[in-house]
Amino acid sequence: MNRLLELYLLFWKLGSVTFGGGYAMLPLLQRELVEKRGWVTDEEMLDYFAIGQSTPGVIAVNVATFVGYKRCGVIGGIAATLGMVTSPLIIITIIAAFIRNFAEIELVQHALNGLTVGVSALIIQAVYKMLRGAVIDLPTLIVYLVTLAMVFFTAVSPVYFVLAGGVIGLVLGMYQKKGAGK
Amino acid sequence: MIYLLLFVEFFKVGLFAIGGGLATLPFLYDLADKYHWFTAETIGNMIAVSESTPGPIGVNMATYAGFTTAGVPGALCATLGLVTPSIIVILVIAKFLTKFQDNPHVKDVFYGLRPAVTAMITVVVIQLVLQTFFGTDDIFALSLGGLQLPSIALFCVLVLAMLKIKAHPLYFLAASAAAGMLLKL
Repeated sequence: MNRLLELYLLFWKLGSVTFGGGYAMLPLLQRELVEKRGWVTDEEMLDYFAIGQSTPGVIAVNVATFVGYKRCGVIGGIAATLGMVTSPLIIITIIAAFIRNFAEIELVQHALNGLTVGVSALIIQAVYKMLRGAVIDLPTLIVYLVTLAMVFFTAVSPVYFVLAGGVIGLVLGMYQKKGAGK
Repeated sequence: MIYLLLFVEFFKVGLFAIGGGLATLPFLYDLADKYHWFTAETIGNMIAVSESTPGPIGVNMATYAGFTTAGVPGALCATLGLVTPSIIVILVIAKFLTKFQDNPHVKDVFYGLRPAVTAMITVVVIQLVLQTFFGTDDIFALSLGGLQLPSIALFCVLVLAMLKIKAHPLYFLAASAAAGMLLKL
């Protein structure tokens, strides 16, 4: 019971102090879980992030589930995840309530508009980095451009683009290995 | 039953948004089209708030969307819906497949998946930038008269500053909020 509570509280704390999620959390998790507590090794931590990125869902939540599972089994995975989402639930609910009631105030609207400009500039850089990792040859460029056009001109659910991209990757991979084997 | 619907819809987002927080954005725009729970403009606010508060962006977005749709219980349902697939998938992987990311088929799937996800996020960014520059994200309704010159100037200054100065993104966000108030954007 103590171990579960410790897990929950630690991930509550980690979810309260990291901005941006994903890889922004890696240094902090390393300090808290590897150096201070020795619950996981550096290598395990990198594995968790690699798997967290290539499985569905929010990376930080995936990593929390992993660490919790390693420490206390299935219940531990759930405790760590709930800890991770507690702060966002409280903070965002308060802010959302604030915005709902104060959005008409001109100053709040100006601040939000300014914030949107800042976020656009930040996200453009994030997408540029993703683009360099994702579009690496002709087939990936074609997948990228076709998806781009389809999202612009059709109203297909994103689910199908995710599924189609995965299937295309699988088929291309098999085809390329066959070609290399000859 | 709005709560169940929120849980189910965000369960789907959690299941199909692969590659981190930004990957949830195309799904949010899809939900805005489908249910009118929130507008594209609200998503702009959600992104701004999520990026400038602690916690994973995907979780922040689910909480914000759930709250604006159905209050505090809505926020809980959406967030739990979002993290449930993660918990299930990761627990299964932790148990059976320790070398998941080294599996050649998994690598192949991601070879095709990554450009598709990046394309969807690119569209989101284009909409966000159009909203910033023209005051509308409808690509067929753009006009030079709608150009938001102060926003464009702020955007250019920020991009240059981010390239030149290595500082935590929060400082840039604080500066952009302050500039928004000063310039009356």
